[in-house]
Amino acid sequence: MSGPPNRGGRGAATGAAFVDVAPESFLVYKQMRWVKAMVALLLLCIVPYVVWEPEGGHDGGTWLGYTLGTIGALIILWLTWFGIKKRRYNPGHWMLKGWLSAHVYLGLSLIVIATLHAGFQIGWNIHTLAYLLMLAVILSGVWGAVNYARLPAMMTRNRQNQTLNAMALEMLELDRQAADHALPLGDAFADEVRRSRNETRIGGSFFRQISGRDPRCGTTRAIANVRALAESMPGEQRERAGALLVALQRKQELLRRARKDIRYKALMDLWLYVHVPLTMALIAALTAHVISVFYYWG
Amino acid sequence: MAERVDVAIIGSGPAGLSAGARAAGRGLSHVVLERTPLYADTIQKYQRGKFVMATPDILPLRSDISFQAGSREEILDKWGEEIDTAGMAIRYGAEVKSIKGGNGAGFKVTLQDGNAYEAGKVVLAIGVQGNLRKLPCPGADLPLVQYQLDDPEAYEGETIVVIGAGDSAIENAIALAKQNQVIIVNRRPEFARAKTGNLIAIEKAMANGTVEGAMSSSPVKVEPGGIELKTPTGNRHYRCDRIIARLGADPPRRFLESCGIQIPAGGPGFPEVSVTYETNVPGLYAIGALAGYPLIKHCMNQGYEVIETIAGHPVAPADEPLLVEKVIGMPGRPPVDQALEEIKTKVKLFTGLTTLQLRDFLLDAETHVLLAGETVFQRNDYGDTLFCVVSGSVEIELVDDRRPNAPPRTAVREEGDFFGEVALIAGRRRSGTVRARTDCVLIELARRSAVKLLNSVAEARAIFERTTIMRQLQEDLLPDLTDAEAATIVDDAEIIRFEPDAVLMEEGAEDDRSVYLIRSGSVTVSKRIEGRDVVLAYEPAGHIVGEMALLRNVPRNATVRAAIATEAIRIDADAFQRLLDVRPELRLELERVVLDRLAQEPVRESRDQWSGITDFLVDQGIGEATDILLIDESLCIRCDNCEKACAEVHEGISRLDREAGPTFAMIHVPTSCRHCEHPHCMTDCPPDALHRAASGEVWIDESCIGCGNCASNCPYGVIQLAAPPPPKAGLLQWLLLGRGPGPGGYRRQDMLSKKKTDGPQPQKVAVKCDMCKGIEGGAACVRACPTGAAIRVSPRQFLDSMVHRS
Repeated sequence: MSGPPNRGGRGAATGAAFVDVAPESFLVYKQMRWVKAMVALLLLCIVPYVVWEPEGGHDGGTWLGYTLGTIGALIILWLTWFGIKKRRYNPGHWMLKGWLSAHVYLGLSLIVIATLHAGFQIGWNIHTLAYLLMLAVILSGVWGAVNYARLPAMMTRNRQNQTLNAMALEMLELDRQAADHALPLGDAFADEVRRSRNETRIGGSFFRQISGRDPRCGTTRAIANVRALAESMPGEQRERAGALLVALQRKQELLRRARKDIRYKALMDLWLYVHVPLTMALIAALTAHVISVFYYWG
Repeated sequence: MAERVDVAIIGSGPAGLSAGARAAGRGLSHVVLERTPLYADTIQKYQRGKFVMATPDILPLRSDISFQAGSREEILDKWGEEIDTAGMAIRYGAEVKSIKGGNGAGFKVTLQDGNAYEAGKVVLAIGVQGNLRKLPCPGADLPLVQYQLDDPEAYEGETIVVIGAGDSAIENAIALAKQNQVIIVNRRPEFARAKTGNLIAIEKAMANGTVEGAMSSSPVKVEPGGIELKTPTGNRHYRCDRIIARLGADPPRRFLESCGIQIPAGGPGFPEVSVTYETNVPGLYAIGALAGYPLIKHCMNQGYEVIETIAGHPVAPADEPLLVEKVIGMPGRPPVDQALEEIKTKVKLFTGLTTLQLRDFLLDAETHVLLAGETVFQRNDYGDTLFCVVSGSVEIELVDDRRPNAPPRTAVREEGDFFGEVALIAGRRRSGTVRARTDCVLIELARRSAVKLLNSVAEARAIFERTTIMRQLQEDLLPDLTDAEAATIVDDAEIIRFEPDAVLMEEGAEDDRSVYLIRSGSVTVSKRIEGRDVVLAYEPAGHIVGEMALLRNVPRNATVRAAIATEAIRIDADAFQRLLDVRPELRLELERVVLDRLAQEPVRESRDQWSGITDFLVDQGIGEATDILLIDESLCIRCDNCEKACAEVHEGISRLDREAGPTFAMIHVPTSCRHCEHPHCMTDCPPDALHRAASGEVWIDESCIGCGNCASNCPYGVIQLAAPPPPKAGLLQWLLLGRGPGPGGYRRQDMLSKKKTDGPQPQKVAVKCDMCKGIEGGAACVRACPTGAAIRVSPRQFLDSMVHRS
């Protein structure tokens, strides 16, 4: 079919920083711009290391060691700045995904840069502590990146086009239905409906959130009890109890999905609770490392 | 013996009363003849307690009788007093049978009761309400149909169908809805004719369900106990107790003609009057609604002015100073009436207007005086106004995207032509840059005025449609198509409007070979494959569909459906064939297009995902979006940084709701503005605070009064009413000291909830996405997305990119 594309529109507003017409992950930002940058940087560090053999072997005290250390330290400081950057929404032609892309790949490059800086020397000292903390920060970051790559799609599939709020509303509705069904069935059933309503929790403690389960879920228990009660009911009543069971089971299914949703969300945040404090520890250790080096220099 | 008066005024509505009062004030001997036993019959018949508005606000009132907005009762009481104090001579129950004379010797006005007056001059101020329009369908005279409503409180517990889209229909519907179930029937999709206040009220009533709206619907037949309506989704029968049809009224043509007044053929039936309101019969004047002017303030001003003229003290009309501003730049600096005459004769779209109507349109328009070479607008700017060339000429630089290497062509719009219609019709970007070729004067009509002009003046509509069809043929089919060649097709072409989901052509249809050129809106092309509809293409305005059946002489090979309300030019197969015969290069080009598409088809057919996404997005209203925020949920880490960024750059209130909205195949459509081609929000904003920027953003300026019209008109729920939140601590203070709520400000729910706090509440205003207009770098939501999940795209670009990806 023909037609001038200009009347189909040009997309984003003129002057925008972005011209993407399809989503592009931070991991492959601008055709792997930062992967390439990382490779280039690493070559720049590895080649002199291999080519140049200092007297007394590689360590942080050679000119190459100092250079690599300085590069590494600057990168660490810059990476830490991301915590501020992502919360500042200044005007300008920047894309946070570009920053995150750089954050990931420059962060990974530190493994090599710092190792070369140390000349593969490990010991029981503040220097190695800084090194290990850095590795821990990077590892937690890798964990985060893996979560970011894996969890979002799982979350969407689990939600089935329903927001957490919508699930909660449907559960309230199911509670009402269950109460209606239970009314003619007698107190025992009504107690179970009440149990489901009053003793069911979504979220809660850290472990509940992370596990996505609640071993004492009121609804699960109510279902088991209603099932047992229903078996002793006469025909017509049993049918009614069946309807009650269906409502409770639908609620349980929603609960399962809601808890899973919370679990995913918690996982998506959890790594940051490791990554950020470790970064703070790293900055402290790094400071000690740098000061001690200069202190003992003379 | 007939009584002699200087002037006889027929009718005692606002125009007649104002004329009578002035005549009394000037000391002219006069008589005001009123058919009914009370003055201002039309207003007496307004529904009880009706609030009467005094529009247009900018126009000063010039009358001995006072008038300001207020209830029907207040206004009538006041007039009653002033009739007495003014010393006006009114005769009630005096129905005029005939008016004879006018050849310089005065008139003889004969009444039904046999009495007569001899009058030097006669002023007709009889309005049009004596001649109400009936339903144009069978059953129009059944007892359940009524054409007037005095007291809406007289009915209770009934189901009432109100037909009409004007002010009286809306007012009746809303008043009746207090104790009845009311359905209002409008044959158009929007209430374009009504006053702003009424628009707000009816939109609100429809939004909250107190009045049911049957839009784009018209009556088919009335039966005892019900009415059948033609609706966009087919005919529907409504049971009802009462039908109130408020369809306006026609001027009393026969009476006017018996007075010797000529009525222009083909028009709305108003007598043509001079700027002093004189008809073709010298000494016989027509003012007010009868002259085509229904607003009370105009009527009163005209009553005053006509008597001043008769008394030999001619005055410029009250809108004169406003009009002087509008025509000041015209070459030769003609006085206003001469300038109006010039505009009316030159500008094709205005030829069918009376001078008074033209004055009205001009008051609402902008005039531009440009020097040769100055730019009117740039290609790819957004704009939805229509330009008319009053003098001089402009040239349009057209870029042919299909032949990017071809030299740019220019089209010239001469004196009297109009331009800018592509953007007006389709709501898309300007298709070419327009410059003044010579020094020129242009009139720019806002979209609302342009739509009103086309809807209310048949002649203007006809010229507009014919010209725009010809131009679209030239622009989208064959650039060098001559006017003569285009004309051969135009006669066999028609503009057809399709409701969303309506079928333009059905796959397999044997005997339909016509070709469609999309004029506004967009369509999807789909095929049935293994029992499912698979969408193969999405085609916006400016594209041709249905050419394959014609070229190959085969049945339709796909179904074409309107994605949103769409207008298409249907070109008759034979006419198109004739064109192809004389212009083989067009055939060649279309063949190329067909081949391209055939080559793409198997690819697209196998792209289930693409088809599904297209279908999904069309359901989400992508068909009318110019720019939409999409989130790839396989990348979205739910950090809500998009919302926080939005709030941070926009006074603390996020204009998008990331989580709300549906998802398909990981593509999530959050609740966020799509910057529609014809923005629903802009349809009725009382302070005119909503604008479309040249770069496409639809935004709200600070004149917003918080009425909520835009929010209720938006079908996508992306406009909220919110007050700005209190100031908060800075980022570092939050980060280091834990002060304030942190990035993103206060929670959205808190901002939108109606929590009562002590002290004065800040004024709520409408807030919506403005695509971060004026902020360097563009949309903050997209810039702040850490993983690249959020993008803002034009629908077509996105769908194209998806074909290549999937």
